[in-house]
Amino acid sequence: MNDLIEAWREQVRSAAAAGGCIAIRGGDTKAFYGRPTAGEPLDTRGLRGIVSYEPSELVVTLRAGTPLAELEALLAERGQMLAFEPPRFAPGGTVGGCVTAGLAGPRRAAVGGVRDFVLGLRMIDGRGDLLRFGGEVMKNVAGYDVSRAMAGSLGTLGLIVEVSLKVLPRPPAEASLRFELDEATALHRLNAWGGQPLPISASVWRDGALTLRLAGAVAAVDAALRGLGGERLAAAEADALWAGLRDHTDAFFAGDKPLWRLSVPPDALAVALPGAQLVEWGGAQRWLRSTAPAADIRARTAALGGHATLFRHGERSGDVFHPLPAPIRALQHNLKRAFDPAGVFNPGRLYEGL
Amino acid sequence: MSGNAPDASSLGQAERDFSQVDKHRLVTALARVLPPTCLLHDLEDLRPYECDGMAALRQLPLVVALPETEAQVVDILKICAEQAVPVVARGAGTGLSGGAQPHRFGLVLSLARFKKILQIDAHARRAVVQPGVRNLAISEAAAPHGLYYAPDPSSQIACTIGGNVAENSGGVHCLKYGLTLHNLLKVRGVTMAGEVVEFGSLALDAPGYDLLPLVTGSEGMLAVVTEVTVRLTPKPQLAQCVLAAFDDVVKAGDAVAAIIAAGIIPAGLEMMDQPATAAVEEFVHAGYPLDAQAILLCEADGTPEEVAEEIARVRALLEASGATEVRVSRDEAERMRFWAGRKAAFPAAGRISPDYYCMDGTIPRKRLGEMLQAIQAMERKYAMRCINVFHAGDGNLHPLILFDANKPGDQHTAEAFGAEILELSVALGGTITGEHGVGIEKINQMCGQFATPEILAFHRVKAAFDPAGLLNPGKAIPTLNRCAEYGRERMGSTRQPAHPELPRF
Repeated sequence: MNDLIEAWREQVRSAAAAGGCIAIRGGDTKAFYGRPTAGEPLDTRGLRGIVSYEPSELVVTLRAGTPLAELEALLAERGQMLAFEPPRFAPGGTVGGCVTAGLAGPRRAAVGGVRDFVLGLRMIDGRGDLLRFGGEVMKNVAGYDVSRAMAGSLGTLGLIVEVSLKVLPRPPAEASLRFELDEATALHRLNAWGGQPLPISASVWRDGALTLRLAGAVAAVDAALRGLGGERLAAAEADALWAGLRDHTDAFFAGDKPLWRLSVPPDALAVALPGAQLVEWGGAQRWLRSTAPAADIRARTAALGGHATLFRHGERSGDVFHPLPAPIRALQHNLKRAFDPAGVFNPGRLYEGL
Repeated sequence: MSGNAPDASSLGQAERDFSQVDKHRLVTALARVLPPTCLLHDLEDLRPYECDGMAALRQLPLVVALPETEAQVVDILKICAEQAVPVVARGAGTGLSGGAQPHRFGLVLSLARFKKILQIDAHARRAVVQPGVRNLAISEAAAPHGLYYAPDPSSQIACTIGGNVAENSGGVHCLKYGLTLHNLLKVRGVTMAGEVVEFGSLALDAPGYDLLPLVTGSEGMLAVVTEVTVRLTPKPQLAQCVLAAFDDVVKAGDAVAAIIAAGIIPAGLEMMDQPATAAVEEFVHAGYPLDAQAILLCEADGTPEEVAEEIARVRALLEASGATEVRVSRDEAERMRFWAGRKAAFPAAGRISPDYYCMDGTIPRKRLGEMLQAIQAMERKYAMRCINVFHAGDGNLHPLILFDANKPGDQHTAEAFGAEILELSVALGGTITGEHGVGIEKINQMCGQFATPEILAFHRVKAAFDPAGLLNPGKAIPTLNRCAEYGRERMGSTRQPAHPELPRF
């Protein structure tokens, strides 16, 4: 394994010296995401395997090329899970890709996102240095928290070679409930319920129906079922629903019309934009299928205090992520230069120039 | 300013020399943008700022500024940038690692007057507050809505949210409810260049690199916080606490592992060793069993049904792990009594000893037995007592080394004792600080936890935000010269130098 890491370090150093670029690839399941990039391919899948797993410490450490499915199966054997429910858009995704894409599934609003579960990692920076940040413990404030900032960086700051993640026990009980509600009422209820100690682990609204997933102790789920009303879904139907939303195999995500992800405050009212919408994360994530001009979509979303991402399809050579305010953009460019001064890794994948 | 800013080749090598700072020139410029009541520069006015919660280190600043508006913060930072003056931001000054210790040639930027709660939005479950608002005041303001701010550092009646952001503070409920970072939505701040920036957003994420985790816990070295938007959490209907006694600390550690392995995430899970128990019992009379080698406190919260289910499971696990006694709180008064002892651990140490030195390493829980045995051996080696309290749920250990600063050499011995505990924390796969920060106190031990390439990377992150290195210089991230010096001092010790090529998780 160390030979492979050494070879990659050499590849990075050579690329940096020659003004070349490297396109990092894991399972290539999220190639559609972000902006197009170029470079000599570097396949992380040779570096795989679990380094350590201590269920009673709630920590797993693994090499970046480990298939996500292998990790999730291992955790399931011990009654644990990646709580942020990473999407699997296609078979073969890797742990490194999961962390660097920073995408979370239906449980995001209840438990946190990818970065909240990253405890530490080892990475190769754009100088070819092997760096280790964070560790394997829950509480660690030594040095800047670089490992969490790597979540969602799309491989533009460095090549992750190993990562430690916090894991959680699977909830003993789960049940899904369906309510016939219009969007405004659904948004209001979601926020009101969010202020009560209810075991809501996921939510989705579309086409006049709100579905909640309850998860937690048996007693807590039973009490919520009694209190909330609604129509209970059969377990198989519920599982298919949440998996379809997580992995975008749901019919809403089919076709090649531009798919926008609007990340907004959960209390934002219904977003007045043309196209079909689907609301997740207690109101904080709105999916939109729309051919409306990008500028309109961004302006409308920003006015609500949020930001819009052209998640899939559409014109991808411009900004696909929301344009940044000038001072933040300057900090992001500085950070890129701090880790990758020669611009070796995935150039332009996140923003032009990053 | 640009003339003496560090260039890329010497970045992080040595401390920058600020001796050229001209106090008169600085005060004159500041007096143009601040009313006299916001600017302190006479010796007797500066005295209260000479240390934070780490009182062993004292240093007077040149000037203290107490701005009342964000525009004043911008003005102050621009003046300091122009005159190349170090700036140390300060909240309530309760930090334990010297992070707010003034710079000899610098300005202390106190956010004490930023104490307004700007908004409690119960429907959206968030609060917008100024950085000088006390941690507990947020929960008090949210309480009428059935909400609270979850992170609860032990100093929560005094410490401010701005300081919590700077340190990424924890508390006794981290395992279930997360650290400060996990409960933040947005942090607004001012960079050393005087630019107002926002990290995070009111949504659950923000575009581009996630700078919030970098800024949170950055010990005032990347930006000055002027406004914080926190997530509020619904208050659990009920909380109940189990107190368990063990005749052996290793058994208590195993019980902790058994609870977690059974799929339970308690709201709080704390351990105290026998000397700590004795010290607090004498002080607060919590009713702790004095013959136990260790006691565990395990709290369940949620709906009444949920709590009953969890308490029954925890009780069974504790008994199966060999607890000699298990008590469940019967009412809120008894629950508070169980906690009173744990929360009084630091004052109790202050009561049985003229001084104490609090450590903050985190280790994987399974190494607890080894750590406690090693600390016992160190007590003999240094001829000094140490009592141990432990956030057992997340592996964060607070050994309190008892000493008398008036005894010649005692302070130095306590520091050596502490340094050895921190180095062992790293060797056991942990970290030198779980929640108190590096500050100035643990800066040498950073050289043991991180190798040169990582230390350099930290300096580059710092420079990305603050190229001239004016925000809290000399804290949290050691210079390479310091590490080299520290390495020479430690030559002959058993520690091996860091090998960057080896996995050291």
